[in-house]
Amino acid sequence: MLRQASRLISRSVTAASSKSVTARAFSTELPSTIDSTFVESWKKVAPNMDPPQTPSSFMKPRPSTASSIPTKLTVNFVLPYASELSGKEVDMVIIPATTGQMGVLPGHVPTIAELKPGIMSVHEGTDIKKYFVSSGFAFLHANSVADIIAVEAVPLENIDASQVQKGLAEFTQKLASASTDLEKAEAQIGVEVHSAMNAALSG
Amino acid sequence: MASSAAVPFWRAAGMTYITYSNICANLVRKCLKEPFKAESMNREKVHFSLSKWADGKPEKPGFFFTLLPV
Repeated sequence: MLRQASRLISRSVTAASSKSVTARAFSTELPSTIDSTFVESWKKVAPNMDPPQTPSSFMKPRPSTASSIPTKLTVNFVLPYASELSGKEVDMVIIPATTGQMGVLPGHVPTIAELKPGIMSVHEGTDIKKYFVSSGFAFLHANSVADIIAVEAVPLENIDASQVQKGLAEFTQKLASASTDLEKAEAQIGVEVHSAMNAALSG
Repeated sequence: MASSAAVPFWRAAGMTYITYSNICANLVRKCLKEPFKAESMNREKVHFSLSKWADGKPEKPGFFFTLLPV
């Protein structure tokens, strides 16, 4: 989930930063050059040893953001047990973020979005592929790459509508009769997931 | 100190995100049509082997069991 975190932390501010919102430096950003005062005091204390390397010295520099917005969005959609889409170039992706259905086009503002149970659709020309996602995260990067990770994602055809109805009724009833906080929360989750599947199948 | 921004209902009930996410995934798996449901149950099976220790030595490796998703 935090695959890109080390790259993001160590990125340096590029000269073409005026175009891109993301080129503002973090306050905790590491300097891209080695700290000379540290190296000097190290040499005084331990002249025969090399100064220690920092993680950033082992990393490749972050790929620079293209100055013009690319025409296609590159999507990597992964599940714990399979890689659904890997480096696929598409026109648009609509993801079920907790803040609502979010449409992602090439050149989208870099975002980290938590996903709620809902439909994710991948648009490629006139082709639309829909998946029901149980939950996960979507990382949208400045270079128009979208990394979407989900725990479980199934094509809509694989969902059994009668089971969804049964589950919805069962959990609605559990929600009404729940006593402890935890039971209420579990019943609520059940109601949410089943309603989302219901809406996905009928919508 | 005032309490921080609105937390999701499951967090307020003491559940972690991982538990929430796994519950969601299990509910979705239970609503799948037949060959897919069996495949996913198979995929999510966890095999356990439990052995108790006494005096620093393992006793006979107790029982093997398989845990299916809830």
